[in-house]
Amino acid sequence: MALTKNKIVEHVNELGFTKKKSVDIVESLLEIIKQSLESGEDVLVSGFGKFCVKKKDTRRGRNPATGDDLILDERNVVTFKCSGKLRESINK
Amino acid sequence: MNKLELISALKKEADISKSEAAKIVQIFFDSMADALVVDERIEIRGLCSFYVKKYKSYVGRNPKTGEKVMIKPKKLPFFKCGKELRDRVNNSQ
Repeated sequence: MALTKNKIVEHVNELGFTKKKSVDIVESLLEIIKQSLESGEDVLVSGFGKFCVKKKDTRRGRNPATGDDLILDERNVVTFKCSGKLRESINK
Repeated sequence: MNKLELISALKKEADISKSEAAKIVQIFFDSMADALVVDERIEIRGLCSFYVKKYKSYVGRNPKTGEKVMIKPKKLPFFKCGKELRDRVNNSQ
């Protein structure tokens, strides 16, 4: 079973917030993270890892199905770097 | 933005106390870390998904000295950006 938003909402619910408030809080948190990355600002979480926005330059690519050359426009991607602490506990 | 800034932003946005916001931010990242430790997938719609990828041991090289070194098998969380986040990060400029 995968961890989903629902499970996190349940944990927040256990703190004593109503179900609806718990959903709102989790959605707010997600929105804050997304907004930060959208504005190009990295999100650093000590003990977990960092979410970074990286700029990719235009490059020449190829359509793997047809073999046609095409130009891939420059774009931004989000990358994640695991913290040393999390990496250690995963490998224990 | 670091964890403290995340907490203050959540306090303001969700209209809750600072200690509540701190607890929730901690719960959020702890739940994800706990899931990864027990090799469970994570799927947060719109933001991202994670799974634990296993790497076999291999012979690597120390890039400084050129020396051969044995790299032990390891596990790392593999991050995949969600569709909404991917689109938003691209349309902002």
